[in-house]
Amino acid sequence: MIALLTRDLKLAMRAGGGFGLGLAFFLIVVTLVPFGVGPQSELLAKIAPGILWLGALLACLLSLDRIFALDWEDGSLDLLATSPLPMEGIVTVKALAHWLTTGLPLVLAAPLFGLLLSLPPAGYGPLVLSLLLGTPALSVIGTFGAALTVGLKRGGLLLSLLVLPLYVPTLIFGAEMARRGVEGLETTTPLLMLAGITCGTIALLPFASAAVLKVNLR
Amino acid sequence: MGLNVSDLTIARGGIKVLEGLSLSLEAGQALVLRGPNGVGKTTLLRTIAGLQAPLDGTIEADPETMVYAGHADGLKPTLTVEENLHFWARVFATTDIETAIEAFQLDALRTRPAGALSAGQKRRLGLARLLVTGRPIWILDEPTVSLDVEAVKMFAETIRAHLGQGGSALIATHIDLGLPDAHILDVGPYRARAMDPDDFDEAFL
Repeated sequence: MIALLTRDLKLAMRAGGGFGLGLAFFLIVVTLVPFGVGPQSELLAKIAPGILWLGALLACLLSLDRIFALDWEDGSLDLLATSPLPMEGIVTVKALAHWLTTGLPLVLAAPLFGLLLSLPPAGYGPLVLSLLLGTPALSVIGTFGAALTVGLKRGGLLLSLLVLPLYVPTLIFGAEMARRGVEGLETTTPLLMLAGITCGTIALLPFASAAVLKVNLR
Repeated sequence: MGLNVSDLTIARGGIKVLEGLSLSLEAGQALVLRGPNGVGKTTLLRTIAGLQAPLDGTIEADPETMVYAGHADGLKPTLTVEENLHFWARVFATTDIETAIEAFQLDALRTRPAGALSAGQKRRLGLARLLVTGRPIWILDEPTVSLDVEAVKMFAETIRAHLGQGGSALIATHIDLGLPDAHILDVGPYRARAMDPDDFDEAFL
């Protein structure tokens, strides 16, 4: 399983691997928003947590269809399915690799992008913490969506439609936590909800993903 | 460590392709599957490899003894020949890739990215993976596609060596591999009967 993880990370780093794609998209969203809504820093500060969360979510979505599609196209997925690795392990590693190449860079870059949207100083801690807790859920849910649509040509649109509603709870509590952080309010409740959603998806969804993947490989 | 298949019925895309098929494979034996295109050889091999469930019948074999090689080689174009083999070695918890590199004469290509190989070289690398896995039962679907005469010989030799070590192979192929002891099974006679008109709806379920 570590072999699969290191391979996926290596592939992401090499040419055409898509590492940095999400990050670049995040940067574009965040820099374009001030052009769209105007340069008033009070307004920007007010909408910054929501924009940052939305940007992170869309950036995550962008690279989801790569999770299984490439392995399916070149036949590796069939070979992996008949290898000693359990399917649940494969999907978990795939989700982890997606988070490490997409989610984690977003978390680390968020403070910098917060600066671009003149996020008040009090907001940085809760924003980063909320992204750190929330993005793993985005990767795990996305892996489930990718497993559902593997084998469909141009399945990206269907994947987005399937996955976006499942992202809503994470988005609500994540953005709420970041917003409360900015306003200096108590953040414990959204934090607990966010952490709960993430833990729940990590615990349950790999089994669902493995099951649908087995059906899709037939 | 053998493979026993009895009274198997399989379907592709919801339509029965083969029924009542039985075969058995013992250590040191090769079985070559023949039959016209579309008769269901690939479906049969995928079913035996455990990628899909049979409609009926039983497959007695330990999945941990089988390795499947299909039409696609499962290579990553941006990884080198060595890295590709190393990856599969680690997945199957083995370490030796040198035997495989030697058997398929990949030594000169070691550090070449798999994406820069020719179709025949890719196939050789794909077949080298079989040796890396260290599993006894090889399930091969058209293994010689895009191989030249030289490479087919190389492959036949590898199969012979594998059988000599007590391995076995189930191969779907149209060409003669030069394996004198190989049993041949024509799957044509097991073609599923046309469905009753009453069952017509079931084909879409």
